[in-house]
Amino acid sequence: MVSSQMVIYEEEHEQLTLICERLVRDALAKAIFIVDKDGQLVTATGETAGIDTTGLASLVAGSTAATGSLAQMIGEEEFPVHFHEGNSKHLHVSVIGDTLILVVIFDERSSFGLVQLRVKRAYKNMRQIIENVATKAAEGNPDLDLFGEITDDDIDSLFNDAF
Amino acid sequence: MSFINYAQREIILKIVYYGPGLCGKTTNIKFIYSGTNPDARGKLVSLETKQERTLFFDFLPLSLPAIRGFKTRLHLYSVPGQLFYSASRKLIMKGADGVVFVADSQKARKEANIISMEDLKENLDAYGYDIDKIPFVIQYNKRDLPTKMSVEELRADLNPDGKYPDFEASAIAPNGPGVFETLKAVVKQILVELKKTK
Ligand SMILES: Nc1nc2c(ncn2[C@@H]2O[C@H](COP(=O)(O)OP(=O)(O)O)[C@@H](O)[C@H]2O)c(=O)[nH]1
Ligand SMILES: [Mg+2]
Repeated sequence: MVSSQMVIYEEEHEQLTLICERLVRDALAKAIFIVDKDGQLVTATGETAGIDTTGLASLVAGSTAATGSLAQMIGEEEFPVHFHEGNSKHLHVSVIGDTLILVVIFDERSSFGLVQLRVKRAYKNMRQIIENVATKAAEGNPDLDLFGEITDDDIDSLFNDAF
Repeated sequence: MSFINYAQREIILKIVYYGPGLCGKTTNIKFIYSGTNPDARGKLVSLETKQERTLFFDFLPLSLPAIRGFKTRLHLYSVPGQLFYSASRKLIMKGADGVVFVADSQKARKEANIISMEDLKENLDAYGYDIDKIPFVIQYNKRDLPTKMSVEELRADLNPDGKYPDFEASAIAPNGPGVFETLKAVVKQILVELKKTK
């Protein structure tokens, strides 16, 4: 578990955020998130105030995983897109690449068709970036030594403020 | 599978609470929530049915102080214990950095503990993980109950070689003895492990 790490660097983070910002405008969306399949938030754009983004990320990953299991039960590999229709707000969730999930929140200003169309376009631009993320993560990061000199005292003191 | 986000300068550790149904996983997480400084905790997400059964998972994000400028965040998950929910249990295990096994000390739950431990090993196996190689601690919960087994008996069932750090706890008690000790122990193991891999 500890051996494999998901790593996002500034460069790809910025590129993904830019694409999401554009997608918010093009799809007339309220907010757009990228989440990794294990439930971690990668980036959030649009009207995110008042949304518990961390909780949202973990629930989206959970529901995507459950949806994937449903797909397999009927002999599909996965459902690359799933959609939750509400009264005034809707959630469009699509799997991008092997590791990430794109979440679009929209309301009556937009429509499923428009979101679907714009997401497809954005997906083309994201593909390369996602590949880069995967390659870099696989390479690991030799200059990262976050934990090299951490002492037992450091570890103990981590808890003092929080609990 | 820790998650390092350079852009946000944060590292996220995913910790999974595992154990038989009704052993006290949700209670552990709720106690941690109530015992944590409000600045350091996020929203508790609990997906429970009316019968107190966790349908999907509980989720609690916590933030610890920074390590070398990187905020350390803990994402605590509890998995549903019922065999019925075995599929969703597997999902939660994916990407875990460390596992806490919560055992129910009640005599009547002896078998359930053993089965759940076997199940955990199988789940880990399915992802190619070895329980002896990952950060892993055991908690014997419900020590307040008169129907409890002795720690020796629980150890013989679940930790016969004494390989894993284990703690007695009473997650329901107002001061929740053992709950934070358990959490700290697994976080410590994860950090030590991360240190080793560098
Ligand atoms: N006596 C006692 N009861 C407990 C303790 N921890 C949990 N419980 C009770 O056990 C039941 C199941 O707990 P819960 O946390 O929902 O179990 P989960 O299925 O593992 O999430 C609840 O009624 C809790 O109040 C404990 O330490 N002592
Ligand atoms: Mg529960």
